[in-house]
Amino acid sequence: MIGTIAIVTGVALVLIGLWAVLTNRDIIRMIVGFSLFDLGVHIIMLSVGYISGGTAPIIESLSDIGKSTVDPVPQALVLTAIVIGLGITAFMLTYAVNMYEKKGTLEIDKYEELKW
Amino acid sequence: MVKKGFTLLMLGGLGSILLKFVLDFKEKLALPEVSAHYVQNGPAELGAPNVVTSVVVTYRGLDTLGEVTILFAAAAVVGLLLHLNQNKVENRTEGSELLKTGSALLFPLIILFGTYVFLNGHLTPGGGFQGGAIIASALVLSILASPNRKIGHTALGILESLSGVSYVILGLAGALLTANGFLNNRILPLGEYGTLFSAGLIPVIYSIIGLKVGSELSSVVIGLKGESDEEAHQ
Repeated sequence: MIGTIAIVTGVALVLIGLWAVLTNRDIIRMIVGFSLFDLGVHIIMLSVGYISGGTAPIIESLSDIGKSTVDPVPQALVLTAIVIGLGITAFMLTYAVNMYEKKGTLEIDKYEELKW
Repeated sequence: MVKKGFTLLMLGGLGSILLKFVLDFKEKLALPEVSAHYVQNGPAELGAPNVVTSVVVTYRGLDTLGEVTILFAAAAVVGLLLHLNQNKVENRTEGSELLKTGSALLFPLIILFGTYVFLNGHLTPGGGFQGGAIIASALVLSILASPNRKIGHTALGILESLSGVSYVILGLAGALLTANGFLNNRILPLGEYGTLFSAGLIPVIYSIIGLKVGSELSSVVIGLKGESDEEAHQ
C-alpha cells in the first residue's frame, strides 16, 4: 500500500515538474520545475525498493538480522542522486545569475540568439 | 497553439509510459539477492548498524568518491562562472533585529546538530551528506540575517581541499594495508557494535565527507550571494 502511494506521488511529481519546465517562461520557475521532476524520480526509485511490511534498514543489534527491512541499495542510490541533483541545480542557478547580469531579465522569450 | 500541442504531446507520452509502470507495480515481498546479502552480512562484516551507510561508504565506496568529485566539480564551476563577471550587486536590506538575534543563537546549535548527524552516520539515519547540508544551512541563515557582511572563504577552501585529499588517502590506505582493497573500513578495529567509536573507518570517512560537503555547499551559497558595494570597501 505504502509503495503504491509513493509511486503514484512520484509519477505525479514527475509530470507536474515536466509541465512546469515546458510551460513557464521564467527561468527560475523552470529550475523549480526541474527540481520537482528530480524529486519525483527519487520517490519512484525509493518506492521500487519498498518491501511490504519492511522496516528501515538499520539493524540495532546483531540478533535482529533476518527481520524484514526495505531495500538499502535504492536508498543509497537516491542519496547519490540527491547530491548530483543539487549540484546541477546550483549550476543552473549560476547560469540564471549570469544571464540576468547580461540582459537584465529572466524571461526566456527575451533570449533570441538560439531561436529558430 | 503549436507549443501547447507539443507540451501536451510530451506530457501525454511520458504519462502513458509511467502509467504502464504504475499499473504493473507490485510491492515486493523479499529483498533482491545483493540487498539481502548486504542486510544479512553487512552488520557483522563492517560493524555498522545502518546498512545504507555501509553500502554508501564501503560496499559502493568508489561511487561515493565519484559523487564527491562531481559535487566538487559543480562547486568549482559555480565559483568560476560567478567570479568571471565582477558586477557588484546593490546593498541588500539588513535582516530584522529578531532574525539577527535568532540566527546568532541558532548558528552554533545548527552546526552542532550537523556535526552530530555526520558523526552518527553509521548508527542512525543521516551521514556526511546530510550533516554537511545542515551545516551549510546554518550559513544560509546567517547570510539572511546580515546579507552585507563579508565572509572570507579562504578557510573553507583549505578545509575542502584537505578533506578531499584525506578521503583519497584513507581509501588508498585500505588498498595498501589489506587484501580487501580500496576504501576497506577494517584497517581500524571494528569496536563494540552500536557504539560511536565502532565500524572501523566508516565514521572517519563520513566525518571527512561531512566537512567536505559542508564547506563546498557553503562556498556555493557564498558565491551565489554575490558581493555588494559595501563589502568591497571593507
